[in-house]
Amino acid sequence: MNSVAASVVVVGAGLGGLRTAESLRAAGFEGAITVVGDEPSMPYSRPPLSKEALSAGVQVAELEFRRKPSVADVNWQFGSPVISSDLAARTLTLADGTQLAFDGLVIASGIRPRRLPIPGPEAGRYVLRTSHDAIGLRNYLAPGRSAVIMGAGFIGCEVAATARGLGCEVHVVAIDEQPMIRPLGAELGRGLRERHEHHGVDFHLGRTVQEFLGGDHITSVLLDDGTELPASVVVEAVGSVCNVEWLEGNGLDLTDGVLVDQGMVVDFEVPIVAVGDVARHPNSLFGNIPRRIEHWNMPTETGRRAGVSLAALLRGEQPDQGPFSAMPAFWSDQYHHKIQSFGMPGIATSSQLVEGSADEACIFEYSDDTGLVGIVGVDRTAELAPYRKQLLER
Amino acid sequence: MVTITVDMDKCQHYGQCCFEADDVFALNDDGQLEYVKEVDGSRRADVESAADVCPMQAITVE
Ligand SMILES: Cc1cc2nc3c(=O)[nH]c(=O)nc-3n(C[C@H](O)[C@H](O)[C@H](O)COP(=O)(O)OP(=O)(O)OC[C@H]3O[C@@H](n4cnc5c(N)ncnc54)[C@H](O)[C@@H]3O)c2cc1C
Ligand code: SF4
Repeated sequence: MNSVAASVVVVGAGLGGLRTAESLRAAGFEGAITVVGDEPSMPYSRPPLSKEALSAGVQVAELEFRRKPSVADVNWQFGSPVISSDLAARTLTLADGTQLAFDGLVIASGIRPRRLPIPGPEAGRYVLRTSHDAIGLRNYLAPGRSAVIMGAGFIGCEVAATARGLGCEVHVVAIDEQPMIRPLGAELGRGLRERHEHHGVDFHLGRTVQEFLGGDHITSVLLDDGTELPASVVVEAVGSVCNVEWLEGNGLDLTDGVLVDQGMVVDFEVPIVAVGDVARHPNSLFGNIPRRIEHWNMPTETGRRAGVSLAALLRGEQPDQGPFSAMPAFWSDQYHHKIQSFGMPGIATSSQLVEGSADEACIFEYSDDTGLVGIVGVDRTAELAPYRKQLLER
Repeated sequence: MVTITVDMDKCQHYGQCCFEADDVFALNDDGQLEYVKEVDGSRRADVESAADVCPMQAITVE
């Protein structure tokens, strides 16, 4: 194949899609690049949507990522999602009927929040993934209003903190015994719960939502133990679903996102890579077991690698078979407490406090039978560097 | 030389940049970001990576 004539389509105009396009250019790919995004905006930073931007008001233009000059000639197509694909024939179909042909494909369609089938009014139910979601939700967050957050993961807890900061009454309902227990363990989860309680958040742990009550609009939430919580707004932050429906029918492994190898390449007869939240990739630091990692630096790290791989494939060459060994990094911000995580504390079987105490600034180590797998600091980000190094050397 | 500017109104002191170029960006004992304003041209790739990972897009590299 002639690389000058080759064209690439990127599905998903998020961070992963942008970084892959930049990496393709950096790797010498000179063909046309089209990025298809169902949101109406250039790639922007999502983390502020549950934090400062939710608090101060969302200005999407201010959240836009700066784009490298090398992608100035990329063709951006917004507003109509890809709804189906025939990968062997190298064609995509958009919701508006447009057909797009490609030589190489980048799967960067990310994830969306899971919604539970709970009976009751729809109005007043929110999820949080896009700037649109955040703008809608923001309208409800005012002093004296009651917000019920479903789910006590990072996004649920960040929204709880932001909503308290805006003067709302906040209830968090979750089936787990402590907030953020899966990634952080019970001991640190408890410490963080106490910080939230200190700021006035009411937790309903071990509980589920049975029904939303109200006329046209939600006015309260009924829990499985009969408790009724007043609710001006409900935020569902109960996990995610991969945006892969458009890939069905092609024989790909889509059991949890898109399975790729260490070069982010999909095992298929046509050059295809996947990046970011939707890619299930091996990491040599963690036993090369393919996993999806919804962490901040992963769209950038996987995108860099995928661009190089795809450029090679389009030149008719074998992509680099070297291991993928990027250190997953995640942070969170709740009431000015800064949580920083490295590695994969979520796969650990035990955790141990190594500095401070769970109620104050602290550092926890996370291990499994292979040794240290993760490290988390609360208000100790600056002191994590040596631990991160230890993880890199594992 | 490469010139680095961090918009301190935007910066939330998350420290993500520090892990890309720890000799250029660092959080001090109070958790506030401190950085070197000019580095050698050979460091451009590292400081651009730091600008890439900043969730607030607060870092400009010229
Ligand atoms: C509210 C919020 C707060 C967060 N906070 C943090 C944090 O504090 N720390 C942290 O480390 N990480 C955080 N994250 C996670 C981080 O933002 C994600 O890991 C990152 O955005 C993933 O990038 P991506 O490019 O893989 O996916 P996305 O940014 O989701 O991009 C995918 C894009 O593809 C589009 N798309 C999907 N299907 C189609 C289709 N069929 N056709 C066309 N387009 C399609 C989507 O609409 C979307 O625009 C947060 C995420 C959210 C939502
Ligand atoms: S990554 Fe950005 S927000 Fe974070 S400390 Fe660096 S400049 Fe500030």
